[in-house]
Amino acid sequence: MRNISPTGADTIIVDDVSLRFGGVMALTGVSVKVREGEIFAIIGPNGAGKTSLLNCINGFYRPTSGSVALVGADKPSISVSSAARSGLARTFQNLALFRGLSTVENLLLGRNLKMKTNLLQVAMFVGAARREEIEHRAAVEEIVHFLQLQAVRDEPVGQLPYGIQKRIEFGRALASEPRVILLDEPMAGMNQHEKAEMSGFIRSVNDKMKVTFVLIEHDIGVVMGLSDRIAVLDHGEKIAEGTPSEVSANPSVISAYLGVEH
Amino acid sequence: MSLDLQFFFEVLISGLLTGVLYSLVAIGFVLIYKASGVFNFAQGAMVLFAAMTLVGISDLGVNIAVSALLTIVVMVVLAYCVEFFILRRIVNQSQISLFMVTIGLSYILLGLGQLVWGAEVHSLDVGLPVGQFVVGDMFINQFDLSVAAICGLIVLALAYFFQRTRVGLSLRAVADDHQAAISIGVSIRNVWIIVWSVAGVVCLVTGTVWGAKLGVQPALNLVALKAMPVIVLGGLTSIPGAIVGGLIIGASEKLFEVYFGSIIGGATESWVPYVVAIAFLLVRPAGLFGTQELRRI
Amino acid sequence: MFYRAARRLPTSYSSQFLIIKRPEDRILAALAVGVAIFLLPHIASTYALSTLLVPFLIFSISAIGLNLLMGYAGQASLGSGAFMAVGAYASYKLATNVPHIPIVLDFFIGGVAAAAVGIVFGLPSLRMRAFYLAIATLAVQFFIEWLFSKVSWFWNDHASGVVSTPAFSFLGVPIDTPIKGYYFSLAVVALMTLLAVNLTRSHIGRQWMAVRDNETAAQLMGISITKAKLSAFAISSFYCGVAGSLWAFVFLKSLGITSYSIDTSFKIMFMIIIGGIGTIMGSFIGAAFVLIVPILLNMIPATMSLPLSTGVLACLEQIIFGVFIVYFVIVEPQGIVRSVRNLHQKLVAWPLTVNR
Repeated sequence: MRNISPTGADTIIVDDVSLRFGGVMALTGVSVKVREGEIFAIIGPNGAGKTSLLNCINGFYRPTSGSVALVGADKPSISVSSAARSGLARTFQNLALFRGLSTVENLLLGRNLKMKTNLLQVAMFVGAARREEIEHRAAVEEIVHFLQLQAVRDEPVGQLPYGIQKRIEFGRALASEPRVILLDEPMAGMNQHEKAEMSGFIRSVNDKMKVTFVLIEHDIGVVMGLSDRIAVLDHGEKIAEGTPSEVSANPSVISAYLGVEH
Repeated sequence: MSLDLQFFFEVLISGLLTGVLYSLVAIGFVLIYKASGVFNFAQGAMVLFAAMTLVGISDLGVNIAVSALLTIVVMVVLAYCVEFFILRRIVNQSQISLFMVTIGLSYILLGLGQLVWGAEVHSLDVGLPVGQFVVGDMFINQFDLSVAAICGLIVLALAYFFQRTRVGLSLRAVADDHQAAISIGVSIRNVWIIVWSVAGVVCLVTGTVWGAKLGVQPALNLVALKAMPVIVLGGLTSIPGAIVGGLIIGASEKLFEVYFGSIIGGATESWVPYVVAIAFLLVRPAGLFGTQELRRI
Repeated sequence: MFYRAARRLPTSYSSQFLIIKRPEDRILAALAVGVAIFLLPHIASTYALSTLLVPFLIFSISAIGLNLLMGYAGQASLGSGAFMAVGAYASYKLATNVPHIPIVLDFFIGGVAAAAVGIVFGLPSLRMRAFYLAIATLAVQFFIEWLFSKVSWFWNDHASGVVSTPAFSFLGVPIDTPIKGYYFSLAVVALMTLLAVNLTRSHIGRQWMAVRDNETAAQLMGISITKAKLSAFAISSFYCGVAGSLWAFVFLKSLGITSYSIDTSFKIMFMIIIGGIGTIMGSFIGAAFVLIVPILLNMIPATMSLPLSTGVLACLEQIIFGVFIVYFVIVEPQGIVRSVRNLHQKLVAWPLTVNR
């Protein structure tokens, strides 16, 4: 159970967001405020709309109504690129690594927005281009070290074990030096040991680099131990929000997961 | 009707009927793509090969109907070979690889056809009418109309085959989801052989019709390249799309050439179909009747 | 035994940027360069130089260009022949109408013209993928073929559609013999290969590969898909354009649209598929293979004294070529370069075995 509850300013404001796909309402009137520096979890049964909410925050989906605001973003409306540029990074439920590239190359891609040298400089690879490449390569090496990925530095990621791929994806998100990281089921498919490791990484990054986390996760034990606050979604609506202890005692949450007694 | 308008309609109809010829090639292609997921660049070569085999056999003195049957046998054997030597072994590869393989296949078929049957132009007479219909003051080519009728028959036959027969149902299952189809006992290999054989028969009909119109010659393959824009315009998986696409391409190609071609030098049919296809694709990237792939993350 | 692997761990980031990492390989490379520069032109017959080596070098440039677009950026293109044509005709117009500019510079400007056309005709790639895009590039191919056969301005309104290209010199040396043509092509190839290698290992190259491997994820990371795709088209067309100019000015010494037809586009695509898609070295291997095989096939009946007519021979060649393509896609989908690299790995480890 986390004892620290950050009372920082709001950094993500989801305001009465609804999202419709054809005839399906993926989200209905969801409002959430994520505070700077906290670890915020989104939980709920399958199909509750958790990934859709994350996609709205990310700018991948445009809400049918309501708004999403990233504090510090340069534009009032979110697009994927403006979200990325204002310090938002994310991982994906089904792993979105670049399978033909090595670990280091995937991590370097996380730093893509910071690479400014143009085509001509890069083609000749002297001076500025060389220095920039070395600088970012060094930065990426720190992540390799932090996430214990030395052994697979130059392996094409497509052939690596699932747990390692998940770590690399996390590393790629870290590489962009974000303010906020969205994690979509970061522990899926991991064993207990790997989950503990990943939780450790998340907590460490949150503590040392003050990165805000929004994560979707199914393992309730992990969520309770890791998060500052939790929002519970069911059938596209937010049915509860609060600290782990508040949420776990909430009867509508219990019935959403376990069903109502007849 | 004024002369200009009458001329326009004549050109239009002629273009539409040419388009039906393209559709015939496209239909065979769609069959293969639907069932085996392969973008069969060799479709034109198959049409040519079928036509050359038909003509070659009948030139040996065999009755045309028997020649047709023998050619069908050849196409079925071809389907077996393609399944055995190629399809079976490239199951998990990328789309580009599959495409490349069919280019290789087209080279093999083109070379083989010419090797066995020679490269001269053969004329082909299958008894289709060659006169002109007169509607009002307009001339409509009887041959082209018969071709359109044949195309309609093929579509009806295929529709019946897919909707009403067990084999047709298996084919649709395979087209939808390979894994699921395997898990209910559908033999993918047999499905592929059947599809390529059916496509082979369609190629034979197509080749016969094209050959009767233009003569059976290696250049036929180039004309079949025209089917590519038809296919992407219609959507890779739709037979109605192949027909509508063919009509659009045929009409626009003819109209453009007649009305603008002379101004800018002529011979615009080489690229106008492609530009028309692109124009449509920009609005509907998956083709008119194609299914949009959803991006899931 | 041939290679020393112990105590060879990298100690600086700069060392990671070396193109050839193992000292033993550097010796091999130096030997190869030495042979190419000093030995080959003198022991090779004029025939070999002009019909084998120079075309190999020139088409390697096209193959690299197409590999950058298809192999690294994952964008289908059947229009590489057309882009070669654009470069060639642009260079020709400049060479004949603007004599103050040295012709060698015209090649470069021709490449830039091809790049500009490449950007325009690469626009469909922003809306379409895979086969649809391939068909769109076919439109480019056919349109350009038509353009350069109908609009006589492009060949200065000569009566015949085929014109001879003016002679040119480089650094004061007229490029008028096969040997000089060879050296000139070699120099251009060396330079352009170096640029390509740098590009593929840079953040731009990584962006291309990201778009190729997972376009949606790349977009979600803030990578500009437009810039990535269009830059790939531009660079690829530049390479093809330069190759096209060299083809007209160095090899053919004439300019006609038939050398840049769809068959050429297919030939280049075969080169990268057979050689190794997504690799620079594969471009060279593929170019060598595709150019040499027909010549070998032509020689076999002669050496075996088989009385085959040219028609039959042509058919057999077509069949065998088709079989090769099918064979390679089935057996070695990553191209010959994969076999070469496997062999290299085994050599490095020998006499131990590779543990993979």
